[in-house]
Amino acid sequence: MTPDHCAVLIVGAGPAGLAAALELKRLGVTDVRVVEREEEAGGIPRICHHTGFGMRDLRRLYTGPAYARHYVRRAEMAGIEIHTSTAVTGWAGPTTLTLTSPRGVNQIQAQAILLATGCRERPRSARLIPGSRPQGIFTTGSLQRFVYQYGQRVGRRAVVVGAELVSLSALLTLAHARIPVAAMVTEFPHHQIYFPYLPVKWWLADLMLRVPLITRAQVSRIIGRQRVEAVEISHLDSGQTEAIACDTVVFTGDWIPEHELARLGNIVIDPATRGPRVDTCLRTSVRGVFAAGNLLRGAETADSAALEGRYAARCIRSFLEQGTWPDHVLPLQVEAPIAWISPNAVVVSEDRLGLGGFVFRVSEFCQGAKVRVYQGDRVMHTQMFRRLLPNRSAHLGDDWLAAVRPDGEALRVTLG
Amino acid sequence: MDNDQIIYDVAVIGAGVVGAAIARELSRYDLQCVLLEAGPDVGIGTSKANTAVWHTGFDAKPGTLEARLLRRSYALLQEYVPEAGIPAEYLGAVLVAWTKDQQDALPGLLERAHQNGVTDVRRLSRDEVYELEPNLNQGALGGLYVPGESVLCTYTLPLALATQAVLNDVTLKLNHPVRDILSEPDGTYVLDGPGGKVRCRYLVNAAGLYSDEIDRLLGHHDFTVVPRRGELIVFDKMARSLVNHILLPVPTAVSKGVLISPTVYGNVMLGPTAEDLNDKTETSSSAAGLRLLWQKGEAILPRLLDEEVTAVYAGLRAATEHADYQIRLHAAQRYVCVGGIRSTGVSSCLGIAEYVVELLGEAGLPLSPRKEFRPVRMPYIGEAGTRPYQSPEMIATNPDYGRVICYCERVTLGEILDALHAVIPARTLDGLKRRTRVLHGRCQGFHCHAAVAAVLARETGQSMGQVLMLEDGDDA
Repeated sequence: MTPDHCAVLIVGAGPAGLAAALELKRLGVTDVRVVEREEEAGGIPRICHHTGFGMRDLRRLYTGPAYARHYVRRAEMAGIEIHTSTAVTGWAGPTTLTLTSPRGVNQIQAQAILLATGCRERPRSARLIPGSRPQGIFTTGSLQRFVYQYGQRVGRRAVVVGAELVSLSALLTLAHARIPVAAMVTEFPHHQIYFPYLPVKWWLADLMLRVPLITRAQVSRIIGRQRVEAVEISHLDSGQTEAIACDTVVFTGDWIPEHELARLGNIVIDPATRGPRVDTCLRTSVRGVFAAGNLLRGAETADSAALEGRYAARCIRSFLEQGTWPDHVLPLQVEAPIAWISPNAVVVSEDRLGLGGFVFRVSEFCQGAKVRVYQGDRVMHTQMFRRLLPNRSAHLGDDWLAAVRPDGEALRVTLG
Repeated sequence: MDNDQIIYDVAVIGAGVVGAAIARELSRYDLQCVLLEAGPDVGIGTSKANTAVWHTGFDAKPGTLEARLLRRSYALLQEYVPEAGIPAEYLGAVLVAWTKDQQDALPGLLERAHQNGVTDVRRLSRDEVYELEPNLNQGALGGLYVPGESVLCTYTLPLALATQAVLNDVTLKLNHPVRDILSEPDGTYVLDGPGGKVRCRYLVNAAGLYSDEIDRLLGHHDFTVVPRRGELIVFDKMARSLVNHILLPVPTAVSKGVLISPTVYGNVMLGPTAEDLNDKTETSSSAAGLRLLWQKGEAILPRLLDEEVTAVYAGLRAATEHADYQIRLHAAQRYVCVGGIRSTGVSSCLGIAEYVVELLGEAGLPLSPRKEFRPVRMPYIGEAGTRPYQSPEMIATNPDYGRVICYCERVTLGEILDALHAVIPARTLDGLKRRTRVLHGRCQGFHCHAAVAAVLARETGQSMGQVLMLEDGDDA
């Protein structure tokens, strides 16, 4: 099979992929192609019908579908080729991908590839929750498609597992479908929902007040033969269990990057994020392959993904012009309770991150936390945080990057 | 409810892999047969929830019926599997000894294998074990290599057998449990149940977990089925490169033990547990079972646990108080009971079928071959061969084979439509899952659950509420 050629091939037409394509176009890079496995471009925002999109990248608030439409329309106006219903199935060379679409099977060889394949929520099975396997088990993603794309009321009484930002999307979706919520369950002592933008705060707060929140608890069993009949909840502190009658369970959050394509290409994966390891120019371990968006570390808001896509585009353009690729990177390792940091590798002598710093998350609630970056025993950077929440990202400054020594000692990020 | 007026020559109760194989074997002859299944689909009892290992029978007790039929079936399946397009991978097994006791049991197992006619089994030194399986945990002492042990698709096999039976004029009745059996004065049986009455002259009981209950309806008390639960964990395809062979433990009296095996879908399976229960419908997984598997997995292949879990399931084996199969001809009753197949039905089904038809012949069933015995070719859903998404030729004939709906398992719209319009069509999401692998992958429906449900609803005339088993099917 002789491959097609293009300058830049972007995998995934979500916020990161489309923002990258637009920025490349603006920077004068021609011959950019975007492939998308869904029938429509736009990514996950298409199925999130609530507002809250676009604040940082577009400087106004959109609903998810309007935000997706905005990007798709701009891409179309810019003359960017978007191939929908096109699934990338593997690698035929270091920067050559194999694709399947209704038009057939083909290969595309690109000078640079941007992986922007997004993320998914960890499903029930991967959370090892025992019990039966009836219908009525969803993730926020599958629920939103049923409710918004197909107009279905998929149940009559729901339990929502998780209490982070995306869990709020699940609540909004259930409210839209007029499905009452019996409980929202989190293993943490508090919910981790924060209201990112003031204009929507009051009505979300109102919604939250109406949902019984069960903290320090886990769903420990699914009950029901053909359809969910109840879930068993275990209280982590008392060890007691109780059954909650419901016919719908929505597993929310607990993100896994869609890293499989990256792994099939033998791209190094960061053990903490489970996304491709990327340096401060969003370069992966394979020359010519970049990664951006939620593939890097699970879901951030769409605007963060879009900003990352734009930044990746600038990095790609300099690669196309200069052809340089680092031979060696220093991985950034994290120590508990820091869950991950992104980007997670540093190239010595490279200057500041065009993203305004690193993002990181913690795995437990932390008050008055001091985050430090070490190289060997030397403290490179210290930053105070009044409060850190699990499932919520914080920003770490990058003005220490220039001081990283080339002698190759490992970089660690700790919290004390 | 339909009361069939036909008097069938043979009725087979139970469309698991064994019943389907018997029905197929009968369909070679000039007979009118019916295959009755209590559930809504073929192969959804013990047949679907097991390890999918295609056993050679190397460790069966020599001289038993099970050993003999496993051996015979192995040869028959070697022909049938490629002919019918059943996904299979000829991996071979490495049986690993971790303790002195297990190491000491190896010579006996080797001898047993040779007695069973599985002559290619051989001892492995410690180093050879690690050469074959470099990711194995430390501490293995040695092992056995069983080149013939393989894996196959336990969804496709019973479907292929039942489809071929139907193609050769066997009547398949789903949702047709048998609750009562009446002997008529004219020597026929009336099989009665909520699905209607069926009349037949000869009867085969392949009811799996319920075979003892059917046997009692005919006045026998030869065995009692004890459902033995086996829980299994399926790991992500990214784990596939960690393991090359089926990793068997040294078997014990109760069970073949917890094994790790690649699946024909490119995943890695860990299981099963073995726990005797009272409830023949209890196919839930348990916290204790999953904990046990996790420990076992860690002990055998530690890196496996770093990968994501794709699925967890549990199945029930039809164990009895007897060690061997309970296959009996009651010639005067023109009745063959096929019970106690435990966990080896997938491997022994063709051998059992051949034997059962022989027994029916002994009881007087006239066996004259039909003019034509039509073959079957199933859609290929394995990972080792070419699937539609990889085939430019198939996509050129029908672009729907290039329209990937399930991204994780790379199932195309064309395959989903085929399964919905097959000889034995899918009618539920689970039925589609078994025929195509859709919803079978790592995201468990995050991406395609709604799209697949919509296609199923549209093609079968159901509402989305019915597809999702909301009781009255209203989708408000």
